[in-house]
Amino acid sequence: MKIAIPVNEKNTKSGICPSFGRAPWFMIYDTEIKKESFLDNSAASSAGGAGIKAAQLLVDQDIKGVITPRCGQNAAEVIQGADIQIIKSQGEDIEENIRLFENGKLTPLDEIHAGYHNHGK
Amino acid sequence: MESKKIAVLSGKGGTGKTFVSVNLADAAGTSVYIDCDVEEPNGHLFFKPALTAEEKVTVKIPVVNHDLCTGCRKCTEFCRFNALAYLKNKVKVFEDICHSCGGCMLVCPQKAIYEKDVSVGKVEIGTSRGVKILSGIMDIGKASGVPIIKKLLETGSKDAITIVDCPPGSACVTMESIKDADFCILVAEPTLFGVHNLSMVHELVGLFEIPYGSVLNKCIDGKNPAEKYCNDNDIKILGRFDYDKELGRLNAQGEIMSRIDKSYNEKFIELLNVVLEEVK
Repeated sequence: MKIAIPVNEKNTKSGICPSFGRAPWFMIYDTEIKKESFLDNSAASSAGGAGIKAAQLLVDQDIKGVITPRCGQNAAEVIQGADIQIIKSQGEDIEENIRLFENGKLTPLDEIHAGYHNHGK
Repeated sequence: MESKKIAVLSGKGGTGKTFVSVNLADAAGTSVYIDCDVEEPNGHLFFKPALTAEEKVTVKIPVVNHDLCTGCRKCTEFCRFNALAYLKNKVKVFEDICHSCGGCMLVCPQKAIYEKDVSVGKVEIGTSRGVKILSGIMDIGKASGVPIIKKLLETGSKDAITIVDCPPGSACVTMESIKDADFCILVAEPTLFGVHNLSMVHELVGLFEIPYGSVLNKCIDGKNPAEKYCNDNDIKILGRFDYDKELGRLNAQGEIMSRIDKSYNEKFIELLNVVLEEVK
């Protein structure tokens, strides 16, 4: 199965991005072939609704889970509406989170925030 | 009387926008007062107007006929606000994000999108002596007051001087409120925080190329950073009001100073004349 993680740069060392919708990149990891690829998040520069557009990009990648530190309400509606799981990341280390996920140590994200809509940091 | 539209704004709340707006409208005698602070309108607390009309404000929101939709995604690609998503072979509409442009409906090749009216608030119209009062009230939970402000400014009379009491800040709702103004009054407090916010609205009115001046409120002895900012940036100071504890008390009780205190009435008539001279 494929999972997605918002990341700061196009590599596995850059760390998980604290923002979902405006993360510059998504890392797509395929648990079967143990390989990652990177998806340019074209939603990051949106005037509004970045979370929705970013979620749409992932839905179209046929992924089964998103590992993220947080997720806004609208993005969550899109992700969950497509039956994709939202999983809470632990710390910023990308590879560590993949390991934890594969060992079943990560739990679902249960706090969905109302969205920052350009007002947060 | 001049039919000029004068907008009163400030970068932050509590500087005295409503104080200046309400008293200016009253001092003008025959005037229109428009409260564009639709999230928390308070001008009516001073005027206590006799209500004469109430109008609902609605916006158009797209609805998708899923039987006609072929999933071409032209609508989701078109929307600049990403108010539409496509999941499980269905278009999903995020109503709070939609800006009611109607574009998705236009680009749909299947004519699968139609619009429905959704309430976002209302406009209350009333009078108090010679002042016609329009207040915009946004429904709880709505994201943007812009459609209500549009309605308020459309409804406002064209044949009397109009005072527009703007929302605080310099965001979309403020821009909508000053868009058609002939003149902007920037109300400023004598604090560094006040200056920071003054600089924000100063930049905004510059972008809109609307003539403007400032009113220094709550002036006290000693340095006034807002006055310094005005002098440094060639902003004309139209008037000033000293910090006055008694004014604070009466204002908090919903009194209109220009109605109950002769000296304030004279001050506001003077301020009005200064402003009218500027927009001549």
